[in-house]
Amino acid sequence: MNELIFFFNKVIVAGSVIGSIYAMGAIGVTLVFAILRFAHFAHADLMTLGAFFSYILVVAFPELGGFVGLPTGFVVLPVAMVLTAIFAIGLDKTFYKPLRDKNVKPVVIVIASVGVTLMIQGVIRLFAGTTSRNFFSVDGVAGKDIFRIKLPFEAASRKIFITEPQILLFIFLILAVGLLHYFLTRTRLGKAMRAMSDNPDLARVSGINTNVVVWTTWIIAGGLAAAAGTLLSMDVILKPDLSFNILLPIFAAAIVGGVGQPYGAIAGGFVVGFAETLSVFNWAILLRPFRDSIPEWIELPSKIAFVPTEYKIIVPFVLLIAILVWKPTGIFKGKVL
Amino acid sequence: MALLEAKGLYAGYGGMNILNGVDAVIDADEIGVIIGANGAGKSTLLKAIFGLLHVSQGTVKLAGKDITNMAPDKLVRAGMAFVPQEQNIFPSLSVEENLEMGAFVRRDDFSHLIEQIYGYFPDLAEKRNQPAGELSGGQRQMVAMGRALMIEPSLLLLDEPTAGLSPRYMNEIFERIIAINKTGVGVLMVEQNAKQALAIAHKGFVLANGRNRFTNTGEALLNDPEVAKSFLGG
Ligand SMILES: Nc1ncnc2c1ncn2[C@@H]1O[C@H](COP(=O)(O)OP(=O)(O)O)[C@@H](O)[C@H]1O
Ligand SMILES: [Mg+2]
Repeated sequence: MNELIFFFNKVIVAGSVIGSIYAMGAIGVTLVFAILRFAHFAHADLMTLGAFFSYILVVAFPELGGFVGLPTGFVVLPVAMVLTAIFAIGLDKTFYKPLRDKNVKPVVIVIASVGVTLMIQGVIRLFAGTTSRNFFSVDGVAGKDIFRIKLPFEAASRKIFITEPQILLFIFLILAVGLLHYFLTRTRLGKAMRAMSDNPDLARVSGINTNVVVWTTWIIAGGLAAAAGTLLSMDVILKPDLSFNILLPIFAAAIVGGVGQPYGAIAGGFVVGFAETLSVFNWAILLRPFRDSIPEWIELPSKIAFVPTEYKIIVPFVLLIAILVWKPTGIFKGKVL
Repeated sequence: MALLEAKGLYAGYGGMNILNGVDAVIDADEIGVIIGANGAGKSTLLKAIFGLLHVSQGTVKLAGKDITNMAPDKLVRAGMAFVPQEQNIFPSLSVEENLEMGAFVRRDDFSHLIEQIYGYFPDLAEKRNQPAGELSGGQRQMVAMGRALMIEPSLLLLDEPTAGLSPRYMNEIFERIIAINKTGVGVLMVEQNAKQALAIAHKGFVLANGRNRFTNTGEALLNDPEVAKSFLGG
């Protein structure tokens, strides 16, 4: 029983947490590709930046959370999302749109976004250095709530662990996906976004204001990136190099789900998240209860994991290559990169 | 006053002219048909009129107003609609969403127009919630025309609306074009099925190598032995 709870904490909870983060990043990557037809490499840096916007706001107004009984980082999140969305539109106007207007090949814009990545990372390092920051050790902020849930079984002495930021993350993701679905299927602008993803020339011919669609894309992508960055940093820690470890998984998630398919990006995020937690999980623990029923001469190893934790990053990489080789359109029949 | 007056148009791709001084003039309530060999510049002419290609010389007027090189979204607002030759639907959007996208520039209630289009094309009414990409070729063409009609255009540009369609669908599309024209919509269309198209045309334009070869009423062109020999398959 305890072993199963251990599995639940390490694989199900942890996989859902990181899967949600990847999903939110991958939705942005996939929408930007659907509308602008380029892989936006600076996307993970929008996450770091959004998390820093939140952190700055928490430092400036630490007591805000106390008024409503939620972590301050979560209360200031909408403002950080707006700031990141504005920043993303600014990036587009300054760097990507001039290139689009010159009708350059998509790969040129991809390379420009790599330049933007380096630039944002440089600026963050310039102001924030390399130290990690904790959203919950800012003066005046209440500590992080951790829920330890005891199951009503005799044999279950171990508890299920879940933190307040994790619960807020799940609630946020469900709300965000619901709103996104409503937007894409029920509103004039959302439908125009799908139309432009389908056939940009016909969208122009129909009189769809393509600039407004482009801005909307950056608003959604930037907002979700800020939320993912902030919620991840609240759950773990805010690291200036957050984007480094997250870029590959979110691209893997977008491609696994089918590039250009927002629902695919959500599925892809969870596939990559669970693939990671499943492959670093120590399966030997689940065998321990059977120790007595296994013959003496079989020696149980103390650790059976597919991938050592420190090499976790190869999991999305392998998934990415596998999907590109065997099913380049992904789960939801996306566009081919 | 002419509804569409294109005079002496020069336009092309990447600096090379495909059109070398083409004229096309139709009156309101008329159907104009453009025919010509493959590569003659028929599609290029429609794209130049619709502001998708830069017109380097010549003028395009819509109801007397100069619209040369006006952006497509402005032309849509001015009452001109265009159905391209290929990729003229949004395949993952439902039939009804395709029609709604045609009405993107409208902020009024257009539900009566959607019903009117289902009246023109009853096939579409049954499939209104199906992704347009799953429809047959003929039905897709209906979606494409329906999408363009959602702005209640004064001028409808159609590029080969019957290309690749079975005779049944071809006749249906031609019938609908006549019906749409009877409601006061000017039509300028490119057609490969030249005989059938000229038979319903008030004006016909025969293009060759980016120039006007023959221009006359549809009937006169059909009866012109020279046109018949070179462009109507004998
Ligand atoms: N996008 C394009 N870029 C360059 N050349 C083109 C393009 N589209 C058409 N052309 C050329 O322009 C000429 C006329 O094409 P088009 O107007 O499509 O002919 P059609 O009369 O068959 O519709 C052809 O020689 C074609 O190769
Ligand atoms: Mg053509």
